[in-house]
Amino acid sequence: MSDASRYWTENIRLVIGCLIVWFIVSYGAGILFVHQLNTIRIGGYQLGFWFAQQGSIYTFVALIFFYASRMNTLDHKYNLQED
Amino acid sequence: MELKTMTFLIVGFTFALYIYIAIRSRAASTSEFYVAGKGVHPVLNGMATGADWMSAASFISMAGLIAFKGYDASVFLMGWTGGYVLLAMLLAPYLRKYGKYTVPTFIGDRFYSRTARVTAVLCLVIASLTYVIGQMKGIGVAFSRFLEVSFEIGLFAGMGIVFIYAVLGGMKGVTNTQIAQYCVLIFAYTVPAVFISLQLTGMPIPQLGLGSTMTDGGMHVLDKLDLVLTDLGFKEYTAQKGGTLNIFLYTLSLMIGTAGLPHVIIRFFTVPKVRDARSSAGWALVFIAILYTTAPAVGAMARLNLMHTIQIGEVGSPDGNLLYEDRPAWFKNWEKTGLLKFEDKNGDGRIQYYGPGLKDKEAEFGWAGNEMVKVDRDIMVLANPEIANLPNWVIALVAAGGIAAALSTAAGLLLAISSAISHDVLKGIFMPDLTDKGELLAGRIAMAGAICVAGYFGLHPPGFAAQVVALAFGLAASSIFPALMMGIFSKKVNRTGATAGMLCGIGATLVYIFWFKGWFFIPGTNMLPNTADNWFLGIAPEAFGSVGAAINFAVAFAVSAVTPPPPEHIQHLVEDIRVPSGAGSAVDH
Repeated sequence: MSDASRYWTENIRLVIGCLIVWFIVSYGAGILFVHQLNTIRIGGYQLGFWFAQQGSIYTFVALIFFYASRMNTLDHKYNLQED
Repeated sequence: MELKTMTFLIVGFTFALYIYIAIRSRAASTSEFYVAGKGVHPVLNGMATGADWMSAASFISMAGLIAFKGYDASVFLMGWTGGYVLLAMLLAPYLRKYGKYTVPTFIGDRFYSRTARVTAVLCLVIASLTYVIGQMKGIGVAFSRFLEVSFEIGLFAGMGIVFIYAVLGGMKGVTNTQIAQYCVLIFAYTVPAVFISLQLTGMPIPQLGLGSTMTDGGMHVLDKLDLVLTDLGFKEYTAQKGGTLNIFLYTLSLMIGTAGLPHVIIRFFTVPKVRDARSSAGWALVFIAILYTTAPAVGAMARLNLMHTIQIGEVGSPDGNLLYEDRPAWFKNWEKTGLLKFEDKNGDGRIQYYGPGLKDKEAEFGWAGNEMVKVDRDIMVLANPEIANLPNWVIALVAAGGIAAALSTAAGLLLAISSAISHDVLKGIFMPDLTDKGELLAGRIAMAGAICVAGYFGLHPPGFAAQVVALAFGLAASSIFPALMMGIFSKKVNRTGATAGMLCGIGATLVYIFWFKGWFFIPGTNMLPNTADNWFLGIAPEAFGSVGAAINFAVAFAVSAVTPPPPEHIQHLVEDIRVPSGAGSAVDH
């Protein structure tokens, strides 16, 4: 297997991992399990409601920066970075 | 200082700023006109993307939607932010690596098909045009309410300002003004939110204020709101009202629609490197999240303030409701616009504002139906500073912010339209020998033409103008997003498969939308009434884009499996865009 295809496999694995988290915080915590999570409270927020209107968005931001930094590492590992 | 003078001053100042930037950033080549010379810093591009993305609807309407829908409005909050995760990981870096100017160019090249390219241009133009008409209307409304000039004059002023910086500067001018517009709009959005959060909870950060206790009574804000609303016969704010499948698919449609909207995608063509495209998507979402996490606090607190303004005492008590003649000044102002309407049904001179849950108590209280016959959602953000008694400069700022949000989005959309016309249609199909200089001129003319068309439709809105969410997001989700994703992640999907997939995806989505909203949105031609019990499995027309996308993927893979694979140079193209190195040059084999 060439470097480029190993790089691509690792990238796909990373993307799938990130998208699982993306799915859990929005579709999981914010929609499918919102009623169960709403029985837990943090401050004045019901947890499911918090995920739907706040928490999922914070997680999205963190996910993109996590992905970007891991990809930079990956680019260098396979020496596929620009310039 | 009087409010109107103050508003003229602040709006005038922002306009002067935009014109100054326009003059400073004229485009000298097609690269500058289409992609700002690929020299935009990723953080600044994130800011410009924030302004590009956050439209009059995000600025003015979204908090109002949240105020009246409560939990169910989460589809917009998650849908319009989660798409950036998809954009950052599935599209932006690879399309940036490809390095061409427009989205249809990539689709046409990757699927070596003029039909695919033209289909993409059509989807792009319809989605963007629908979207831009709404922005034009937003500019007109903001002007007529705050500056008391006519809707038409407001619209022409908006068109004029976009004309100056978009025709002169193309993407370069649009980017630089969008950065300024982001600063104006985010300041205008957060300042009133901070004030209101302070008033209600003593907590200056709205995101935390929404989870805090009220300064009077010590109840949590959201619990108080649930209580006030249920007391008045409305549904609980934090409870789910719609069906779970519909909420799920609606969110998914908005996410993949967001990732597939061409005016957002082309913003990531302007950064210098592939790694910048990844981080820039993160910065874009940071700047968007500042508004999107503030909006739920604005919505909930504005709703609470509205209920408290009208219901001043105990529900059902003789003097529990506000006397109509005691109504505050903002109430009178908005009545004049027709966005707020009161009707004294029981003739007691007091305002009763309540929901269907109190139907059986009407006789006991002497009420004769909900008397707030119209409360337009858009009021919630625009009237918010007045409801909370904030100083005039804050109100003037909100006007400037709303106009900035509408202008920046309009310019981004117009650029996507004009570059598709000049680059994909004119140079790509009719005049392949066009010189760079000639194409730049064509780009400017296309931009001027697009502004005039958008202005015309702003003055005479067609039936589809109100269907932005269904049409624009439906088209982007069911055609552009799947085509781009398959183009990058599959080497097997070929010309026939991609074209068939796009056509089936759009076809299914459009038929479903038209089925419930009328053919081509002509009133009265719908096949079934647009209500939840008629929808297929309870899926709203706005939520159908994700189903259309699934159809697109399925058809494309099925057709590609039984037709010849893409030629070898296309497979090399796919391999080349998957790695960041060697940008700008062909990979050697």
